[in-house]
Amino acid sequence: MSKKYKAIVIGTSAGGLEALVKILMPLPKDFSLPIIIVQHISPDSDNYMTQYLNSVCDINIKEADEKEKIKAGNVYIAPPNYHLLIEENFTLSLSNQEKVNFSRPSIDVLFETAAYAYGSTLIGVILTGANNDGSKGMKLIHNFNGLTIAQDPKTAYVDNMPLAAIKATKIDYILPLEKIAELLIKIHSGQKKKK
Amino acid sequence: MSNINIDNQNINLEISLLLEAIFNKYGYDFRNYSKAHIKRRILHRLSLSGLDNISAMTHKAIYDKNFASQILLDFSINVTEMFRDPDFYFFIRKEVIPILKTYPFVKIWHAGCATGEEVYSMAILLKEENLYDRTQIYATDFNAKVIKSAKDGIYSIKNIKDFTRNYQKAGGKESFSDYYTANYNSVIIDNSLKKNIVFSEHNLVTDSVFAEVNMIICRNVLIYFNRDLQNKVMNLFNDSLVPGGILGLGTKESLQFLEKGKNYNCIDLKNKIYRKKYNV
Ligand SMILES: C[S@@+](CC[C@H](N)C(=O)[O-])C[C@H]1O[C@@H](n2cnc3c(N)ncnc32)[C@H](O)[C@@H]1O
Repeated sequence: MSKKYKAIVIGTSAGGLEALVKILMPLPKDFSLPIIIVQHISPDSDNYMTQYLNSVCDINIKEADEKEKIKAGNVYIAPPNYHLLIEENFTLSLSNQEKVNFSRPSIDVLFETAAYAYGSTLIGVILTGANNDGSKGMKLIHNFNGLTIAQDPKTAYVDNMPLAAIKATKIDYILPLEKIAELLIKIHSGQKKKK
Repeated sequence: MSNINIDNQNINLEISLLLEAIFNKYGYDFRNYSKAHIKRRILHRLSLSGLDNISAMTHKAIYDKNFASQILLDFSINVTEMFRDPDFYFFIRKEVIPILKTYPFVKIWHAGCATGEEVYSMAILLKEENLYDRTQIYATDFNAKVIKSAKDGIYSIKNIKDFTRNYQKAGGKESFSDYYTANYNSVIIDNSLKKNIVFSEHNLVTDSVFAEVNMIICRNVLIYFNRDLQNKVMNLFNDSLVPGGILGLGTKESLQFLEKGKNYNCIDLKNKIYRKKYNV
């Protein structure tokens, strides 16, 4: 692995909270790749999910604020009822434009803007979920030569979302959740040694 | 450098030329809007248009006024609802109305009011608090089409259930159905709510202050601007607000990182309601 990755985006829907716990909990405190997440949630939910994840994980997890600079070592979660976009100057933007794929926040919106911002240095991860949001985004990440990872549909709570992504584009790794966490840790420690 | 990076650089160049053309030709300035947002909207329009590339869109926007208007509409996100974020209105009713009541006459500016739901929500609240008759509301947006719908005050009946629920959560005191007349698939807002509202076109980026007001409501507009433009618009608001005046922003917006922020006290952090200090 010679390439240096700069950020990770993760998209998930039904069954997503448990899946996120399995990926984020093993990450060490000094995991320095920023992670930006869209999880489909009901528009009037509070920030329970963010607080919960932050309480069980070692890395710092927060809800995304508009115009916030993306910092190494942070995990950002899209707030309920807002799309989360990544600017090419590596800040975060929010929008309440119409739903995309029946979703707000939408995974495609995050993934496509992230692909333009990070190009080949982006890792895209698609997890359990009941619709096909995220598959267009995964395709763009792949077209920009970023790394694409999908949860193994056989292990997903709902398999539609990883299946749709696998159908839409080339997925570099199809893995169960534990292995995805291991892979991210391996990529991260490989990069750290090099510099 | 890979081809893909060069492509993206070229796309960005084409986008900035398109924005420049729209500004020069039509006076609408989107050059300091959130770039990621603008790019998504342009690429979406490009894929619907059948044109080959963004430069072809620029050419068409220059020569075809209707196409240019279409792009302007793409940039303006008009999603809104009555009593959106009910808690915001609950706080206004409980904590802000008593402040407004100390004035003999109240002026309120709704900036970026879209199709007007937010404005009528405020009118209902003021009426229930016996303040409407001494209030003047200015409701503005730069999009002529939405200002026209706001003036009409006609909304789809589909939304009424949600609006009613919001109204109740916001501390509504009457029956929400008192405020509209239902008619087949739509409802029309009661005339008594319209009488103290002036709807007009106003562009926050290029137009100036038009009145001194006691409260400004500008929700879910600043998120589409970059920091420089947010600062610029905040200067405009600062010039318009009386000392002690109230500023209400969207739930995910904040004065925290803006230059004029130091002139304000936050009176409700969750709902992003601010009060201008007296000695600034
Ligand atoms: C998402 S809507 C917000 C509507 C309402 N304030 C709410 O929170 O429900 C954003 C509105 O801002 C308007 N807008 C965008 N740029 C503007 C500008 N430069 N000047 C005035 N209005 C603008 C758009 O036309 C749109 O109607």
